[in-house]
Amino acid sequence: MRNGNDSTIAARVAALYRSDSRRVLATLIRLLGDFDLAEEALQDAFTAALAQWPRQGEPANPRAWLVSAGRFKAIDRLRRRARFDASREQLAQHLEMQRPESDDDASVEDDRLRLIFTCCHPALAADARAALTLREICDLTTEEIARAFLTPTPTVAQRIVRAKNKIRDAGIPYRVPDAAELAERLESVLQVIYLVFNEGYYASAGESLTRTDLSAEAIRLGRLLLALLPDPEVRGLLGLMLLIEARRAARLDAAGDPVLLEHQDRGRWDRAAIAEGCALVEQALGSGRFGVYSLQGAIAAVHAEAASAEATDWAQIVGLYDVLLRAQPSPVVALNRAVAMAMRDGPQAGLALIEAQLDAGELRDYPLIHAARADLYRRLARPDQARESYRRARDLSPEGAQKRFYERRLEILESAVE
Amino acid sequence: MKYLCLVYSEEDKLHTLPDSPRDEECKHYSEGLYESGAMLAGEALQPVASAVTVRVRGGETSVTDGPFAETKEQLAGFYLIQARDLNEAIRLAAGIPPARVGSIEVRPLRELAV
Repeated sequence: MRNGNDSTIAARVAALYRSDSRRVLATLIRLLGDFDLAEEALQDAFTAALAQWPRQGEPANPRAWLVSAGRFKAIDRLRRRARFDASREQLAQHLEMQRPESDDDASVEDDRLRLIFTCCHPALAADARAALTLREICDLTTEEIARAFLTPTPTVAQRIVRAKNKIRDAGIPYRVPDAAELAERLESVLQVIYLVFNEGYYASAGESLTRTDLSAEAIRLGRLLLALLPDPEVRGLLGLMLLIEARRAARLDAAGDPVLLEHQDRGRWDRAAIAEGCALVEQALGSGRFGVYSLQGAIAAVHAEAASAEATDWAQIVGLYDVLLRAQPSPVVALNRAVAMAMRDGPQAGLALIEAQLDAGELRDYPLIHAARADLYRRLARPDQARESYRRARDLSPEGAQKRFYERRLEILESAVE
Repeated sequence: MKYLCLVYSEEDKLHTLPDSPRDEECKHYSEGLYESGAMLAGEALQPVASAVTVRVRGGETSVTDGPFAETKEQLAGFYLIQARDLNEAIRLAAGIPPARVGSIEVRPLRELAV
């Protein structure tokens, strides 16, 4: 036992809260089988630490002490409620009988992984998965999550309550899926992390001062998941996020409007993030598994390593899109492949593919396909068609930076004609 | 926990697609579930054309022909199962042969609040 005065103990407890509260919470959820009870128990345990440690000194294993204190506090709470609801007494007795398993580091980390899989279970709605993950694993407040997603706080609070109810009522388990289910369930976890990342990355710049940095949270989650579950696709996703994040400083101009990849000042790209991202993607593909995140990471890595848009290895990018399209047949991937084809073989080649997609009825209301088509017409010196496509892209875009971008493009084309 | 797995399918596709299950296969799967102890009950249903819908309003019983809801996919059968948790229930539901041509809704049972 270490002794200390009240203020150093308080600072120590606060530091423990920051470093270990999510671990303690994950273990309490497993022991108590109830999110809300575990959250109350967590607060009770830290309150008890603040009250008792100045007198008794800090215990040798503070985290085990907190778990144990939280568990007893939860049993107390159930006992108090048992006066109104007899079933609580049964639950309290059951918890008292249970012998908590060993609290070694490995079992604590298992609890964190269990919690991630529970929060990202595919039986929960996609927006609920993201909100619950940010709340329980990243320790964001409901208000912070609401601001980050530009959603009213009561809506987010309701999503979290409904998700917790569903976990209880539908019997969503608190465990890492068996080997047979792991790949599919992991896919759901990776989707949540990438959704959080994109939500942060494509957030409008003006509000970034007051919004929690979701991209940073997603990268933190990716690092945590990789440490807990060293799977090639987890590595690939972390690499992909780092490579995109590396462009952050160059992706908006002084007015806060987006700058196309080909026009970005590559000197402002974050070289350390690129080096780490490339290494992760290389390791991921080295496993011989070509997952969709690893492949997208590989494409981002080819861009990151090129000195300019012209110097980019477009043949390799087309090849990677071919593999990606087989792994994930989607019209958006086909569109990206068409743009890469235009860079490799000339605008006409890309345009033929895009026209074929539109003729097949794909992505007709997707602004980016019309913007890509407009750019190829511009390069083919066909300004009438280029203008028409930019107008279409503009009209399909919601108010914001993207719409302003197409308007500027239109102005440039108009002035070139005059 | 107990779960009801509701088997939905478009009736004209249930038995006609290349992937459509044959009755022997369904019988075999449900027998396997009974043997493992996971199956509490399960039956296949006649087509919806054989259904009637019964309502009681103000003490009056009314009977109408056909199913309650006109949807594309119809209820074709059910499995009442016992599973450790939702993951196990999903695994058992994924093995129900008509999952290949229709869909299986997995619903936890609710204990009556009495």
